[in-house]
Amino acid sequence: MNNSIFVNIIRFVLLVLVQVLVFNQLNFFGFINPMVYILFLYWYPVKENRAAFIGLSFILGLAIDFFSDSMALHAASTVTIAYIRPAIMRFVFGVNIEFQSFRLGNSTKAQQITFLALLIVVHHLVFFTLEIFSIANILLIIKKVLAIGLSTLILCLLFTSLFSVKKE
Amino acid sequence: MQQIINFIIRYKHFLLYIFLLMVSLGFTIQSHSYHQSSFFNSSNWLTGNIYSASSSVTSYFGLTEENKKLVEENKRLRKLLFNIKEKDTLELDSLQQQYLITSGKVINNNYAKVRNYITINKGRNDSVAPDMGVITTHGILGIVENVSNGFATVQSILNEKSKINAKIKNTNHFGSLKWDAERYDVVQLTDVPRLVKLTVGDTVVTGAKSSIFPENIPIGTIQKFDLDTSNSYYTIDLKLFNDMTNIKIVYVIQNKDKEEIMNLEQATEDEQ
Repeated sequence: MNNSIFVNIIRFVLLVLVQVLVFNQLNFFGFINPMVYILFLYWYPVKENRAAFIGLSFILGLAIDFFSDSMALHAASTVTIAYIRPAIMRFVFGVNIEFQSFRLGNSTKAQQITFLALLIVVHHLVFFTLEIFSIANILLIIKKVLAIGLSTLILCLLFTSLFSVKKE
Repeated sequence: MQQIINFIIRYKHFLLYIFLLMVSLGFTIQSHSYHQSSFFNSSNWLTGNIYSASSSVTSYFGLTEENKKLVEENKRLRKLLFNIKEKDTLELDSLQQQYLITSGKVINNNYAKVRNYITINKGRNDSVAPDMGVITTHGILGIVENVSNGFATVQSILNEKSKINAKIKNTNHFGSLKWDAERYDVVQLTDVPRLVKLTVGDTVVTGAKSSIFPENIPIGTIQKFDLDTSNSYYTIDLKLFNDMTNIKIVYVIQNKDKEEIMNLEQATEDEQ
């Protein structure tokens, strides 16, 4: 239990630093800055206190906002995916989620990718809708969600295979 | 009462979510219409120091190029200095000068978002204050929005909220400089009347109507112009002189007359 808290704190700090110092400066093609900090929500244990998880996600988003001068855009979108994460998990993993022995590492690769992709799509939709904040620019919103979402997905998959959860 | 408590317990996660969402939306929407919050910005102590630590490493990579830029500017300024016809020592008296300049280093630069901010390593201790103009060797960069003791955030011209007075060089036709959030090297000049003769390639500089920037600071050249929907004003696309993706050294401009101008304008408004 203590170990899990410790791991999550380290993960939190490292993801924030990697996000703001590396990926926010990337500007691939002039506008693509992948948001890899979403991995925190992907990796977070399934059977943990839900209120604490939502609170923690809010703080994570706010920490990113502090660095990137984006008001509370990251906080709003991160807290949204934190709230709907159980629903997404039930949709992707089905009844497996109810078992005590359920672990992310035990599910199939396709399920993991779907889960991650859904988190990213919802997050980016909320984020760019709030950032651009006008219906007239809907094409710009869609373009950003698709391009940046895809780059986030690819990078997150690379990260998950690099630091994969121990197979048991 | 029992039912209310039951309701709260049952939906506590949903209520927590709604509460946090409202808090963040509150901050966000407030910033759409008003200034950045003075608390949520990267000029505070923690973020400023992390950014300056990271920039102290990365700043070495562009030193050759930066040196070249500075030599180029020195050359230009020397040429100006040597070619002044009447040298008047009175003009060099520092008490008479209207503008004070502070130099600073960019420690964080954004240009891919809709509202972009730049963080610099000069703050209140170096007498940088909100609403001062910021320029580079090539031209205009933005306006200081928030300061802490050691750092400041600059609202870049690549920001939806930015609105700066500008004019076509060597004329007195004014417009306002905005950004449509599409390309980081192109900004828009609007409200230039139709009767103005424009040519692609004309230079646009800052106007005299602003108390933030001195007149005639270069901005960019005209790339394309169209009449707007009402057919009476031009919307002009400007190619910036500044490469917004690669900015290291900036100059913060303090206008000593600004307070007087502001007070005067305020007094005039109050009388009406």
